[in-house]
Amino acid sequence: MTEDGLKKIILDIIHDIAPDEDLSDVDPAVRLRDQLDLDSMDFLDIVMELRKRYKVEVPEEDYMELSTLNGCVSYLMPKFQEKGIEASASA
Amino acid sequence: MRASPPLSRVVLTGVGLTSPNGNDLGSFRHALLEGVSGVVPFETRHMGAVIAGVCDFDERKHQSRKARRRGTRAGSIAIYCAHEALNAAGADLAQVDPSRVGVYVGTTEHGNVETEQEIASLREYDDDTRYWSHHHNPRTVANNPAGEVTINLGITGPHYCIGAACAAGNVGIIQAVQQLQLGVVDLALGGGVSESIHTFGIFASFRSEGALGHHEDPTRASRPFDKARNGIVVSEGGCLYVLERLEDALTRNAPILAEVVGYAVNSDAHDFVLPLAERQAQCMRAALRVADLEPGDVDIVSTHATSTPQGDVQEARALKEVFGASARTRINNTKSFIGHTMGAAGALELAGNLPSFSDHKIHPTINVDDPDPDCWIDSMVVGTPQSAERIDTILNNSFGMLGINSCVIVRRWTSDAA
Repeated sequence: MTEDGLKKIILDIIHDIAPDEDLSDVDPAVRLRDQLDLDSMDFLDIVMELRKRYKVEVPEEDYMELSTLNGCVSYLMPKFQEKGIEASASA
Repeated sequence: MRASPPLSRVVLTGVGLTSPNGNDLGSFRHALLEGVSGVVPFETRHMGAVIAGVCDFDERKHQSRKARRRGTRAGSIAIYCAHEALNAAGADLAQVDPSRVGVYVGTTEHGNVETEQEIASLREYDDDTRYWSHHHNPRTVANNPAGEVTINLGITGPHYCIGAACAAGNVGIIQAVQQLQLGVVDLALGGGVSESIHTFGIFASFRSEGALGHHEDPTRASRPFDKARNGIVVSEGGCLYVLERLEDALTRNAPILAEVVGYAVNSDAHDFVLPLAERQAQCMRAALRVADLEPGDVDIVSTHATSTPQGDVQEARALKEVFGASARTRINNTKSFIGHTMGAAGALELAGNLPSFSDHKIHPTINVDDPDPDCWIDSMVVGTPQSAERIDTILNNSFGMLGINSCVIVRRWTSDAA
């Protein structure tokens, strides 16, 4: 699993949750909520989709780790590697 | 005891609707005059092929994809109808105090569609409730469709849904009238919606009751007052009106569709599902009293009849009792075209008749190939529209389970009636 591959997985989930958003220019260092129209229910959707699609759990105390795209990659990479997920973003 | 001041007169100044045979009043009316049905083959979970009245309005016209994904079909229908009604009324919310706008949406039921969907999804995850959506509660709360309208339009006045079984469309209008007369709001959106075709349960339950309509040609399945009728055709739909106090509507030169001059709601206190002619007749007479009208003053009675063997007979008995001596009154039915739009039915069926005030036509009941003598009334308009020199008054019936009956009476608006 590459960092770019994981970013694409995250952006694909966000695209499904917020289909009206333009995701072509997301700054990975900036809080997602500061550049996209996302609220707390949307973040719960991200957590739910990670669970449904990849069986990856994000405990509530770690939700803040998902605030930026870079944060998502840093936090989720070990979890994806632990599960041996190398699937493409369309998984 | 202090005398009550006279109640304000309330008028309908706009209507937004989606029906299985039209997504605005003009196309809906055209379909009703041309005999166009909106009933089609439909697939539902667990049961497979059924028939239903299905709407094809553009969900994206007034709603983002994200909002649609988060919300419900009923919410989407309500949002579409609310926007269309406000546009038709020429009502600009930017010019109105949003805290003085109320949203009153009648529903037969709400939450079954969303709950059923969640349960089906949960099956894919071995019934592990960690996969149950956090959206379930906001989607299934009973005020959902009305609340979605307020979020979409930035309305900060009261909103709620009125659960009134299949009388809900009428009762949504009545609630709006009352809130305007009480001075709670200055502008109201009132009517009803239904998303019921998206739950298999409603089809299965009607089938278990022996009350699910069927015919090899879906367009001919809903046939109130016909001897071969065999049950209800389930449909989705929505219809919301803009309602205002007469003086406010006149001040802003609003288009006035009709004045709501009378209404009544009562209860059979009799049975969970079986209707009762005696109480329906009492409801119609109560609405006439409020309107200070006699049965002979009514030009059109828009019937509730749902194409069930027993229900249609009960309503026909009530109609004969109240309107049997009225030479002026004509009787029609909209469900014969579009099936039963449940929470929307009362509001939609009234809407389809409103253009009679200007086109002087009475739309028919279709699919009455062999009139049932047990519910036949000579004043029924069947097959093709009838013309009338003048139409001033419409009484709209809408009844529901647990024995709820409702009637709304509207009058043609003329400036000399001010």
